[in-house]
Amino acid sequence: MARIGVFVCWCGENIGRTVDCPKVAAEAAEFPGVVHSVDYKYMCSDPGQGLVKEAIREKKLTGVVVAACSPRMHESTFRRACAEAGLNPFLCEMANIREHCSWVHEDRGEATAKAVQLVRVMVEKVKRNEALFPIKVPVTKRALVIGGGIAGIQAALDIANGGKKVVLVEKEPSIGGHMAQLSETFPTLDCSQCILTPRMVEAATHPNITLHTYAEVESVSGFIGNFDVKIRLKARSVDIKKCTGCGLCAQKCPQKKIPSEFDEGLGMRTAIYTPFAQAVPNKPVIDRAHCTKFLNGKCGICQKICPVGAVDYTQEDTFIEEKVGAIVVATGYRLYDFRNGEKDYGIEGYGEYGYGQYKDVIDGLQFERLASASGPTGGEILRPSDGKPPEKVVFIKCVGSRDCAKGLSYCSKICCMYIAKHAMLYKHKVHHGTAYVFYMDIRAGGKSYDEFVRRAIEEDGAVYIRGRVSRIYKRGGKLVVVGADTLLGGTGGGRVEIEADLVVLATAMRPQYGIEALAQKLSISYDEYGFLSEAHPKLRPVETNTAGIFLAGACQGAKDIPEAVGQASGAAAKVLGLFSGDELEREPIVAHVNQSQCVGCFYCEQVCPYHAIEREEKRDKAGNLIARVAKVNAGLCQGCGACVATCRSNSIDLDGFSAEQVFSQIGGLK
Amino acid sequence: MAATTAEFEPKIIAFVCNWCTYAGADLAGTSRLKYPANIRAIRLTCTGRIEPMFLLKAFQEGADAVLVSGCHPGDCHYTSGNYHARRRWTIFRKLLEFSGIDPRRVLFSWVSAAEGRKWSELIDEITAQVRELGPFTSFERIVKA
Amino acid sequence: MATGYYPGCSLEGTAAEFDMSIRALAEALQLPLTEIEDWNCCGASAAHQTNHLLGLALPARTIALAAAQGMEEIVAPCAACSNRLIAAQAEWLDNSGLRGDIEHAIGMPLPAGRLPIRNCIEFLLPHIEKITAALRKPLTGKKVACYYGCLLVRPPKVVAFDDPENPVTMEKVAAATGAEAVDWGFRTECCGAAFAMSSTASVVRLCGRILDNARSEGAHMVIVACPLCHANLDMRQPKGMAMPIVYLSQLVGLAVGVAPKALGLGKHITPVAPALA
Repeated sequence: MARIGVFVCWCGENIGRTVDCPKVAAEAAEFPGVVHSVDYKYMCSDPGQGLVKEAIREKKLTGVVVAACSPRMHESTFRRACAEAGLNPFLCEMANIREHCSWVHEDRGEATAKAVQLVRVMVEKVKRNEALFPIKVPVTKRALVIGGGIAGIQAALDIANGGKKVVLVEKEPSIGGHMAQLSETFPTLDCSQCILTPRMVEAATHPNITLHTYAEVESVSGFIGNFDVKIRLKARSVDIKKCTGCGLCAQKCPQKKIPSEFDEGLGMRTAIYTPFAQAVPNKPVIDRAHCTKFLNGKCGICQKICPVGAVDYTQEDTFIEEKVGAIVVATGYRLYDFRNGEKDYGIEGYGEYGYGQYKDVIDGLQFERLASASGPTGGEILRPSDGKPPEKVVFIKCVGSRDCAKGLSYCSKICCMYIAKHAMLYKHKVHHGTAYVFYMDIRAGGKSYDEFVRRAIEEDGAVYIRGRVSRIYKRGGKLVVVGADTLLGGTGGGRVEIEADLVVLATAMRPQYGIEALAQKLSISYDEYGFLSEAHPKLRPVETNTAGIFLAGACQGAKDIPEAVGQASGAAAKVLGLFSGDELEREPIVAHVNQSQCVGCFYCEQVCPYHAIEREEKRDKAGNLIARVAKVNAGLCQGCGACVATCRSNSIDLDGFSAEQVFSQIGGLK
Repeated sequence: MAATTAEFEPKIIAFVCNWCTYAGADLAGTSRLKYPANIRAIRLTCTGRIEPMFLLKAFQEGADAVLVSGCHPGDCHYTSGNYHARRRWTIFRKLLEFSGIDPRRVLFSWVSAAEGRKWSELIDEITAQVRELGPFTSFERIVKA
Repeated sequence: MATGYYPGCSLEGTAAEFDMSIRALAEALQLPLTEIEDWNCCGASAAHQTNHLLGLALPARTIALAAAQGMEEIVAPCAACSNRLIAAQAEWLDNSGLRGDIEHAIGMPLPAGRLPIRNCIEFLLPHIEKITAALRKPLTGKKVACYYGCLLVRPPKVVAFDDPENPVTMEKVAAATGAEAVDWGFRTECCGAAFAMSSTASVVRLCGRILDNARSEGAHMVIVACPLCHANLDMRQPKGMAMPIVYLSQLVGLAVGVAPKALGLGKHITPVAPALA
């Protein structure tokens, strides 16, 4: 038999002025099942909570209704009080007679009558409440970090330094990502490799980090605390346990004319190669698409000369499985392909800039390689067509970015800064040269950022022109850049024509190829551009909507190094928080299936946004399959109840909001 | 009949989600926006949780109108529950209309957690509308028969 | 398939050699063209600026005639004509409310579907193999600069022909003759034809820039597929330029062995013969 206690709060004048609280308490006392009903000035105060606790103990209450403010305000307060008095907290409900009643109605009689009804509704509900217990989920205290750029390295190091194991997966032969390609970094102009490579080495040698390079995530299943990850280790054709990284193989490889990905096609590499000198691990791979041995079977030099016999042409892709409790996605970015356009994304491309047919029209990463001391020109700015130092360089910002007509509508955020840096680096290396920058706006929001751009303009004399470029064409050996200077005005309309030797396009930042497929493997969402979606744009910027999966770096949106590193540390902090206990506690508002009634239509599976519905096979004693029925994975379920309303056979219910509870609530409004 | 309509105070039962509309109604409260006391809101996790039977039960218990309200499209706390709710409501409303229930008694709205004013105006509006329609008696007749 | 031929007024006047070369080439390649009977002016430049319905009705009448005469496509070599025909047809297909008004204005029914309208390049593009097979005097060693001007590729969504910033189809046809298409920067720049009378000096400057670039990139001649481009570039050359301006149909005609006279090569203001020597 239910023994319900009702506690009506005046909230000082807030409720008491409009609602006759003693009357509500008196009427509630008459409801069937109510054994105790009182009113009090401030129920949330210590003495008020004391009244609740005392009544629970003395009257042996089986349920509590606090008629006061919104449950969004004080539900947790009163549930805690109940728990302290030995009553399961989920047997406490609130009737909202403040926000939904006293504050919005003026007539005391009407408001009091409504308050009485609201209390009755919750009394009817709480009579059918069941004790619920937080769901405990065991946690595997290992994390997976996908992507070995600066964001992934930072996240991995932070988690590892927090004392937890990390599996770091990178699809390229070396970690380092785009940051390894950069010459110097804004706004301090420190050498990118100098600050990055120690981190790379630290990540590779950290006792808590297992590094898999030339590897990709094949599949992911499970849920927060309990993910099963299958990783494909691509065939390197080199046994990295034997390989000493002496580099003899690459020296002797006869295939020397393969455009280097690391040098953005401006330099060449061999078929057996490490992407760059400071690669981590410093062990080569064979690019089978270009290797003579794999193309026609004739060669095999690297195997012959390898002093330790590490070259193995028969290697195949292998798979390993890892159990992890959390995943950090840090797959980074790529640059918009201005050469081929991106028709798949409905992006037209820039024919007026020549679609890459001009060798001396390059993108920002290519300029980084030209300016880098480890680059194909040894850090000299030489134009790709004839290897001469360019006298005039034109930088064009917002190529693909902020262009709804033929590009992407968003701002790529880093270009204003790196173009200022490029202009500076160019001036530092080619003193008599002129750098022109076509811009739409200068967006230099960031610590010491605007000062940096001012330096490029004022000290290094970069010529900033506000306007777009309408065409680049060749005249003689020069590139004629035709644009508008919108600050010039007057007759002639501000038309400018610059005979440039080199043009650098600040192309838009895009998420990596294959991001959609990875997002689908992880059940996380992405926006129309493929950037991964955070759980909340302001308050949960490193979490995804899938519990236990976090984001770091440019896979979530265009960002620079400091921001990517900051977000990576944020994701690492979230992971360490998740790993701080042996079990996770989750609110027990989850759905459950009455399997004896389930008809196995699995409509619930289709509507569940969290992939929390599993299929379970029911067998008889002889082991014959009787039925396939649904089962809710309580670790994944977030308790929305979409499956409940969808179930055709009425076999699913939601704890805390069961059909019986809701029907009785409606009945309470009679 | 006209005389009773003038005195008639409709009973409207609202099924709202916890994250948007319930919070929006809370905001109406904290903003002290006044609206008629005819509305009774029942809080659920999500509009996607709302079964058609809840609406029937509400009519059975004497509601003159029912309202379903949740997060705006794209804002669902659970990403897609409100879309399921909208589809289910659209079809169910047709069915109710077919069985003789005035569709103006089966209402739907999006009210976000920031739309306290929208909530209070919505209740003003639908209370007036249902008052105009008069008491909903046909369901009682069905139940009695 | 019956192909309607719509010369338009330019090809009967200043661009007679475009007409001659198209007809001669069609015969040489055995691509039968039937001139649309009773065709009328497309209204380019004047009509659609004056009266919207008139601007639609003029091309509509020609298209309706072609359909009534059993033609399944129209070849309109003049870039202005093809542009107007395409644009008008797109407009009534897009806005069904216009159909009745247009039909009332021309007193004939419009075809229900879309009648393909082909410019000179589109006319030749599907027949590259035929051209290669028919080569009699390949233009090996000749460097040509293909010039599209504005009307062939714009507005891009309406004409839906080639890439508006970096078109390549004319180069493909030209390459079939054995000539080498140079890479140059003014393929879609404005030649200023609309200002030929009102601001001749501007037009000479604009044409000069185009021809300068063609020359600096090594072209022996400029290839066009528009009578306005041709007239303008041929007539408004800066002193000493002497850059032959040749229709695509003339170039292909020469390569497949049509007599220069039949192609109207003698009708040019800037002589073509020296470049062919």
